[in-house]
Amino acid sequence: MCEVKVITGTSAAAEAAKLADVDVVAAYPITPQTTCVEKLAEFVANGELDAEYIKVESEHSAMSACIGAAATGARTFTATSSQGLALMHEMLFIASGMRLPIVMMVANRALSAPINIWNDQQDSISQRDTGWIQIYVEDNQETLDSVIQAYKIAENEDVLLPVMVCLDGFILTHTVEPVTIPKAERVREFLGVYEPKHAYLDPDRPITQGPVGVPDCYMETRKQVEEAMERAKKVIKDVNEEFAEWFKRKYGNGLVEAYNLDNADTVLVAMGSICGTIKYVIDELKKEGKEVGLLRIRTFRPFPKEDVKEFLKDANNIAVLDKNISLGFNKGALGIEMASILKNKKVCNYIVGLGGRDIRIDDIKAIIDHVEKAEDDETLWVGLKE
Amino acid sequence: MVTIGAIIYEPGSSIKNKTGSWRTFRPVLDNEKCVKCENCYIFCPEGCIQEDENGDFKIDYDYCKGCLICMNECPVNAITKVREEK
Repeated sequence: MCEVKVITGTSAAAEAAKLADVDVVAAYPITPQTTCVEKLAEFVANGELDAEYIKVESEHSAMSACIGAAATGARTFTATSSQGLALMHEMLFIASGMRLPIVMMVANRALSAPINIWNDQQDSISQRDTGWIQIYVEDNQETLDSVIQAYKIAENEDVLLPVMVCLDGFILTHTVEPVTIPKAERVREFLGVYEPKHAYLDPDRPITQGPVGVPDCYMETRKQVEEAMERAKKVIKDVNEEFAEWFKRKYGNGLVEAYNLDNADTVLVAMGSICGTIKYVIDELKKEGKEVGLLRIRTFRPFPKEDVKEFLKDANNIAVLDKNISLGFNKGALGIEMASILKNKKVCNYIVGLGGRDIRIDDIKAIIDHVEKAEDDETLWVGLKE
Repeated sequence: MVTIGAIIYEPGSSIKNKTGSWRTFRPVLDNEKCVKCENCYIFCPEGCIQEDENGDFKIDYDYCKGCLICMNECPVNAITKVREEK
């Protein structure tokens, strides 16, 4: 029997790391991630989790310690947020370049200045090009499930890339929801033991990891990461299906989740917890006889180009909601990607919820109204004060 | 073929990585002028100057990067520089 606990998103991530039987946790506390690593410290202290818990002096060190641990062949977990993730930036490239399957929970939070602890997705979006797989979850159950799936994806020999599981700060990290927690033995059976073939420390097999990559070979290493990202799309889909067989839960096709898309001419595209609100609005409108769809992007990297094209082929009014902004281009990251893929369609971009600004049901209805009337591609900041 | 994660599985592989091709100037040692003070041997940051069985000093051009520290440190000006030609 599974156990149902009413827990926060950070606790769900910590429970998942425990279920995955991680060997090393290295982390530094930062709001709103703190409760996740506190929970893990508790698990290690009271003997529930047999892992090395490394207390470090910064997030840069946390990721460095994770890289060192993963390079010995240990299953590794960390968590961070906002400025902490920004501080990890240079180490993130090293983790992906060395092809280490580290899993990290990111509690999405706005970046300074001004100092802001509330939710938007600018922090992880800013790490777009680091070679990490990024999964954006909608609720606490998906947080737990995605952390478990993340190990299965990251450790797959076709992938061998680090994964960040991104959940909206406070909206998910600090609110409680009933979360079904599978049995530890089942999860361990599902994941299997991590037996790295490429990177592990063994005195009988001396190897050099992280060497100099001269111009003769550097480009090839980048291409290998790109190819692994491409292969990851299939692996993510397969893991999603396999997870559904084992635990009876699935998230779209793993890369994207379609909601009420069949007859919808107007489709919203978004990531993360806001999709819950959008689904509510869609259900409301359906009662009034109006069909609006949602395409939830679950993996921002690798970006599901083919699925987006396929799912949006019949939609004419596409509204892309972004909780981030590329300053100087006046579009959010999703808006930019969508515009580059859907060249012959009307794609309007809406910048919403920066720094924790509320995104209300009326805002979403207003966006739907706007995109249906818009004549061309537009970018609009929603909820701005006059 | 680059391995996954650019991992090098063979120990001591850097020996094969000849770094002498980086050189612009080649230090040339005149053993007639040399007084065997060992200054060049001590100061060479790459350890590529060695004494042979006859007591003469030899520069290993496979690894010498042409920094010319040896030339600067030689008290009797036994080392001169020659521009490398391709």
